[in-house]
Amino acid sequence: MSEILILNGRLVDPANGIDAPRDLLLRDGRVAAVESPGTFVGAEAAEVVDAAGLIVAPGLIDVHVHLREPGQIYKETIVTGTAAAAAGGYTSVVAMPNTVPVNDTVAKLEWMLDPARGSVVKLFAMPAATIGSMGAELTDFDALRAAGAVGFTDDGKPVLEDHVMRAALVAAARAEVPVSQHAEDTRLTGGCSMNAGPVAFRLGLRGMPVEAEARIVERDIQLLREIERSEGLRPHLHVQHVSTSRAIDAIRQARREGLHVTCEIAPHHFALTEEAVGDYDTHAKMNPPLRAEADRARMIAALVDGTADCIATDHAPHAAFEKRQEFDRAPNGITGLETALGLALRLLHRGQGLSLSRIIELMSTTPAAITSLAGRGTLATGHFADVVLFDAGAEWTFDATASRSKSRNTPFDGAPMLGKVRYTICEGRIVYRS
Amino acid sequence: MQSVSEAGSVRSHYAEGSLLSVANLSVSEVSAILAETARLEKLPHAERAAILRGRTIALLFYESSTRTRTSFELAAKSLGATTTLVSDKSSSIEKGESLKDTGLTLRALGAECIILRHSSSGAPFVLARETGLPVLNAGDGMHEHPSQALLDLRTILTRLYSSDYARSVTDRSLEGLTVAITGDILHSRVARSNAMLLPKLGARVLLCGPVKLLPEDALELGPGVEIERDFDRALAQSQVAMMLRIQKERLAGLELDLGDYIARYQLNGERLSSLAPTALVMHPGPMIRGLEISDEVADGPQSAIEQQVHHGLAVRSALLVRALGAGAFERATV
Repeated sequence: MSEILILNGRLVDPANGIDAPRDLLLRDGRVAAVESPGTFVGAEAAEVVDAAGLIVAPGLIDVHVHLREPGQIYKETIVTGTAAAAAGGYTSVVAMPNTVPVNDTVAKLEWMLDPARGSVVKLFAMPAATIGSMGAELTDFDALRAAGAVGFTDDGKPVLEDHVMRAALVAAARAEVPVSQHAEDTRLTGGCSMNAGPVAFRLGLRGMPVEAEARIVERDIQLLREIERSEGLRPHLHVQHVSTSRAIDAIRQARREGLHVTCEIAPHHFALTEEAVGDYDTHAKMNPPLRAEADRARMIAALVDGTADCIATDHAPHAAFEKRQEFDRAPNGITGLETALGLALRLLHRGQGLSLSRIIELMSTTPAAITSLAGRGTLATGHFADVVLFDAGAEWTFDATASRSKSRNTPFDGAPMLGKVRYTICEGRIVYRS
Repeated sequence: MQSVSEAGSVRSHYAEGSLLSVANLSVSEVSAILAETARLEKLPHAERAAILRGRTIALLFYESSTRTRTSFELAAKSLGATTTLVSDKSSSIEKGESLKDTGLTLRALGAECIILRHSSSGAPFVLARETGLPVLNAGDGMHEHPSQALLDLRTILTRLYSSDYARSVTDRSLEGLTVAITGDILHSRVARSNAMLLPKLGARVLLCGPVKLLPEDALELGPGVEIERDFDRALAQSQVAMMLRIQKERLAGLELDLGDYIARYQLNGERLSSLAPTALVMHPGPMIRGLEISDEVADGPQSAIEQQVHHGLAVRSALLVRALGAGAFERATV
């Protein structure tokens, strides 16, 4: 029997409407008790954590990470990626399927989720929506769902064909999981390596227009309408890494109509603009690209007004040699698991006055709901003992060389952060402390 | 609202004497380059050949080139330097060697400066960061061609004013001058470099071309840049008509009606004599005669096309001297 007693902290658990001093007893991987301060005086536990001055919250959940295993373990492994997650306060991550080979069968999914892989935090996965993520033939949604899939996606690529996306939404609705769409009309983005606009023009780089994102979001929403009407199903579309005002508009409108649409925003899309490309800094290259200031401001507004459901990192590790080359040849993506909370607290909590409760909602409660992670995203009694303890007022500077990730491809090296993770506890095990 | 611009806050530094973009060139630096160009031109052969004696310069070319490559090479040789040419077609680049490793190899072989032409915009920045050597951008993708803009500047100063006037510049040297740059602006590194350099000296730059080849975004290249889509109107206001080639290799699926293009944008004798009878005609080459420019204009008395090539040799000599911290730049680059 393992017990951890967390005393003197401030519990922020939006699912239960709690933002108050509470002591927690964790036992055998579950929350055994949540009590007012003083209740546990004299109680004994294997480990007692003094959380004075710390926020105690349900562990963060990232619905969008790339762990690169199998196939690209020179970039990251399940062990190193989830160690970075733990350091960032995450207790659950959802692995994308664009490994080598693509995660598109039950056998591959089971291999990935096998405890033998050594995941440091709770690992979930979204397998491919189509075989090989080639966009043509659906994978076996029912079998994959039974084996633990929490959604389906061809992330890195969109499901482009209308009839294929329609079939995916129908199959996912029956399996009661979302289709998580990388919204990019690739017919508009061939050869492009940053956002379209004056900066791309000046740098002589081909630009991805905002329409490339918006068009797919609008098309997918149209499919939801049509499926609700003709099939009597209620499919769930989750829009990944939204970066444009136009996509936010479409999502907002769809939600007003009552359609089941959720979306995520990546920290870099509310922290940076296309100006960060500077003189061809490949650490500012990702897809969707960093956009103009008006779009960045709109991402912040969407996080504040509730249009955005959650923050997801799109943690995308790449080896140094891959990023240290010509801008148009370098791969897309940056690491993000260790900087997400620090950026969210600095830019959204301090910068925009968003409550800690709303931050936890964006980074734990809602991500758990989107992927139907039962027993997670809240610290009610009986739920999993997935806990993050952080000092919300601590200022620090991110040092990429100290990252737990195997890769260092981040634009936030040397950037100021707010809020330091002190403990990450996953199912009652302390997986990180500082 | 707090603007977050921490990305790239840890900037790599580029070696002194690099020329990666005209955007970071000050007017006084431009003036110093022109002064050194004039000085070198006057020097007796023997004296000039001593300036870079024993120095090694590498030319690294990932794209074909006639003018730029030859003029850099001849310039280096006339200064006494040893040169070596590496091209993507006959080197380990074909085997997949990266730009970084190619640069490090050249450095290990003694190159003190690398002249780079590359099809990727920004490649010279990568090479300069990775090697720490001075890098001269000899054209990168659709981005810039800084030495071309400098030789165009010298051509303009010499032809429209005088050789003496071309020895130095201030931010008012081209005041009152309008330069029309016409054609495939979108894909043109020459257009970008000229549109960013000439206004620093007081010129007004009119960009001219169809929307497909000249998006409105071009206006934000900087102050002094305007768009005039009507070629005749642009021509009538200009003292310099700089024509550009349609870059078929970079069109990437863009469709263009060439007949219509010729009707609207070709610089021919009739247009020139009626709208700009005294304007200087320029073209960075290679020209496609009969498309953006007609024979009689290319070879006519208003054409400065051959002089541009000539000034290329002179200006590139000064850039090499600057890159290696010799000549008049010796003290400037400690």
